[in-house]
Amino acid sequence: MKHARLLTGALMALALAAPAAAQDDPVKVGFIYVGPVGDFGWTHEHDLARQAVEEEYGDAVETSFVESVPEGPDAERVMTQMALSGTDLIFATSFGYGPAVNNVAERFPDVAFEHATGYQQDHPNVSLYNARFYQGRAVIGHIAGHMTETSTIGYIASFPIPEVIRGINAAFIHAREVNPDVEFRIVWAYSWFDPAQEASAAEALIEQGADILMQHTDSTAPMSIAEDRGLYAFGQASNMIDFGPNAQLTAIIDNWAPYYIERVGEVMDGTWEAGNVWTGIGDGTVAFADFSDAIPEEVRESAAALRDRIAAGDYHPFTGPINRRDGSEWLAEGEVATDEALLAMDFYVEGITSELPE
Amino acid sequence: MMRLEKRPSPSRLWTAATPVLAVVVTMVAGGILFATLGKDPVAAIRLIFWDPLFSEQYASYSRPQLLVKSGPLILIAVGLSFGFRANVWNIGAEGQYIIGALCGTAVALAFYPAPGWYIFPLMVIAGAFGGWAWAMIPAILKTRFRTNEILVSLLLVYVAEKLLAAMALGAMRNPDGGGFPGSRNISRYEPAANTELIANTGLHWGVVTAFIAVIFAYVMLHKHMLGFHVRLAGQAPRAARFAGVRPGALVVFCLGLSGALSGLAGMFEAAGPAGRISIDFAAGYGFTAIIVAFLGRLHPIGILLAGLLMGLTYIGGEIAQLTLGLPAAAIQVFQGMLLFFLLALDLLSNYRVRPGRREMT
Amino acid sequence: MDLSAIDPLVLAASLMIAATPIMLAGIGELISEKAGVLNLGVEGMMITGAITGFAIAVQTGNPYLGMIAAMAGGAALALIFAVLTQLLLANHVASGLALTLFGLGFSSLLGQPYVGVRPPRTFKLEIPVLSDIPVLGRVLFQHDLIVYISVIVVALVWYFLKYTRAGLILRAVGENHDAAHALGYGVVKVRFLAILFGGATAGLGGAYLSLVRVPQWTEGMTAGAGWIALALVVFASWRPWRVLLGAYLFGGIVVLQLNLQAAGVRVPVEYLAMSPYLITILVLVIISSDRARASLAAPGSLNRIFHASH
Repeated sequence: MKHARLLTGALMALALAAPAAAQDDPVKVGFIYVGPVGDFGWTHEHDLARQAVEEEYGDAVETSFVESVPEGPDAERVMTQMALSGTDLIFATSFGYGPAVNNVAERFPDVAFEHATGYQQDHPNVSLYNARFYQGRAVIGHIAGHMTETSTIGYIASFPIPEVIRGINAAFIHAREVNPDVEFRIVWAYSWFDPAQEASAAEALIEQGADILMQHTDSTAPMSIAEDRGLYAFGQASNMIDFGPNAQLTAIIDNWAPYYIERVGEVMDGTWEAGNVWTGIGDGTVAFADFSDAIPEEVRESAAALRDRIAAGDYHPFTGPINRRDGSEWLAEGEVATDEALLAMDFYVEGITSELPE
Repeated sequence: MMRLEKRPSPSRLWTAATPVLAVVVTMVAGGILFATLGKDPVAAIRLIFWDPLFSEQYASYSRPQLLVKSGPLILIAVGLSFGFRANVWNIGAEGQYIIGALCGTAVALAFYPAPGWYIFPLMVIAGAFGGWAWAMIPAILKTRFRTNEILVSLLLVYVAEKLLAAMALGAMRNPDGGGFPGSRNISRYEPAANTELIANTGLHWGVVTAFIAVIFAYVMLHKHMLGFHVRLAGQAPRAARFAGVRPGALVVFCLGLSGALSGLAGMFEAAGPAGRISIDFAAGYGFTAIIVAFLGRLHPIGILLAGLLMGLTYIGGEIAQLTLGLPAAAIQVFQGMLLFFLLALDLLSNYRVRPGRREMT
Repeated sequence: MDLSAIDPLVLAASLMIAATPIMLAGIGELISEKAGVLNLGVEGMMITGAITGFAIAVQTGNPYLGMIAAMAGGAALALIFAVLTQLLLANHVASGLALTLFGLGFSSLLGQPYVGVRPPRTFKLEIPVLSDIPVLGRVLFQHDLIVYISVIVVALVWYFLKYTRAGLILRAVGENHDAAHALGYGVVKVRFLAILFGGATAGLGGAYLSLVRVPQWTEGMTAGAGWIALALVVFASWRPWRVLLGAYLFGGIVVLQLNLQAAGVRVPVEYLAMSPYLITILVLVIISSDRARASLAAPGSLNRIFHASH
């Protein structure tokens, strides 16, 4: 029964995808955001990509968005209304939209769904996409390892989930690689966005000797604190150079535009198919702000080389030998981490002193 | 100058007319707001109030959704209205809602993946009990130590929110969820799922319970001695004492009832529309329900209508964002204005406005 | 567990900063509640102050003009609440909640052009001589102007309530509005002013976040600070100096747990985050159960609607 429905769904998707493109009407693309477009972080970057889609295709595309939609029933309702209003393609830009995306996709087999950072793909019209931000973190870890004078790097983390843990590990491994004395101080904010707390966290880290700050939270507060104290920091999600003209060494920028433009184009010519992609530096999804002049020439060059090797696929940031924090072997010499292992990462690598909260 | 004179009893005419008037005034003020944002005001108002109910494109979906969105608001607000009438101020419904959801979900997760018809009823009991128990904290502190229940119930909301986060990240985290916070999807676990009872109506057990609560409250307040006591305690506390109303018992009853109904609302939401516990599970229903209770003039039928009106502005607001590109914030401001006007015009039903000088004080 | 890595003096300095926004919002709410008005719209007033202050600071290039604008912005929002509750006799709880909803939406509309903009900076005020005192100087006398202002405001409120006739009237109005009215005091006028004061300080607290602490404008940036301020007033049992103490305690718990984490000590963050509220409930129980100290408990007319019927 269930299979039969799935099959008809797939057939309908195939049958309907083509005529949608044949019409002269603009392709309608809907975006659903978990935060406000003014968050200057995660949602802000998704909305910039939406604007890039509009710019690319002009009148051939019509985009709409609903912001600050809580995960759960509200998300399901918003996506259904999008589908009812004739939207051809929906980008659901938060992990927690997963169940809602799949429920709505079942009812609207002729609408294409793109779900960011999720793992549930129950229907043939649900596509998954994610970005390998850990690649960017490897590069900033490399820079930080060279730049730190106190050999102490402060890291403001959000929630102990694989995405964040992966970032910490990638940064740590590449900082240690160039500076064996490097220590990471890690503070969990238990929030994606709480400017006042992030500021306090930054100060606490500086007090513990950190002279470089990294963050996996959205506000510019840590950058501003680093600027005030004459220290260095890395921007998160957006280019934060305005908030730390001297402090920002570089920033990892979420750049969803290439992927969005590509997928919208595919819906236009009827070639869209569900996929499951995890793009990175090489695809342009993970981008960098200009490397600061404060970084010595040779470090800028080695960082750029690392970036280019990762982009070209010549080097994987998680290449063995890597041990877990408890000393047990994770990756043998030359072994490269599988995507499954990375997506489920729930441990620190060897050398990080603090314990991972449960 | 004008002078206000309290009516002996609220005017029936104005009680019915003010909400309509407030909605009209909000439409005008909201229209001006939308126009200054460069959007077509008439289209925006139509999208918010008309399209979810009557447009061909959305109505068949939005109408049931209106019940889903309004159900918890109505259920919580009905419970709160008893206390508010008796001057017992539970403003911690949000916390009781969270604890009810946590308890209900805990039962489901404890049995997962075993079958059993008794699991859902057990969850209902656990949800109601959780909300009741959380509300008993301010109730007991009030009766035992005369501690202000407004403040304790509010403070317990924060505690419940932290507990929710701890549970979503810890004990209740889905072991198959890729390490992300949030519980297993219990709406996919059949014995625990709060499913739609009749397809495409939006009716799930929570909505049904909300309707039952409205009827129950109406009968209680108007036909039953307890309802009389509740009203008396609010309007004339001294007289109530002479009539044999024990204030302590009343506090326990009012807080317990609203706590249990809030807990139920949370549990039904977790097992149905939301499907799971997550860090952002609490979407402010408990606070919005307080507003709904007042908009409904603490009357069960009024609350039913107020809950539906609130739900409509949410759903219509989303359609307006989608089609007109209105920012979410504009909808929030619009809702805020609606509440301001409703609260402001409420004056007319309780007071007579007479020309003359306000007495200098 | 190694706590030696944490310098208590540095902790003290950073908790003074962390406590400032909630202290400002809390002291304003205290005045409002002392006058018998529970305003649950603190979060809305704070965030409105945060954006009005930010916008004016960016437009004029002067952060201190921004601060003044923030107070005006917070007070303007409070004015809506005052009109609703005092003139139109609407319910306090519902009006306050509506105010928060409105304030959050209104601030994001106002703030749309200011996302990603860097505001003009304020200056640290290093009080001459005093800031050179070893140890203490660093803790106490090297902060931003607003940090000092917040402490001064607390002192002024304390003096006002304790030693001035106006303060006495305000307390009388909050304790028993019918009696105060019978004595010829303008209950509505007093409450209006108290509510506006609460709005102004909440607005300033918001602007401290957007202009000094972070400094940045983003939607929802107060992230619940207004709600903490409400708890703070209760914790303080409506006494000004305890607002200061409580703000330092609440701020201190946050700063301490962050410092412990940074020092590599494992802390149960979620459970620690509950502790201020549990402590507050405990305080509330203690003061309300002791009849001899009943005067410390909530103002008598809190959350009751006043209508002069004669």
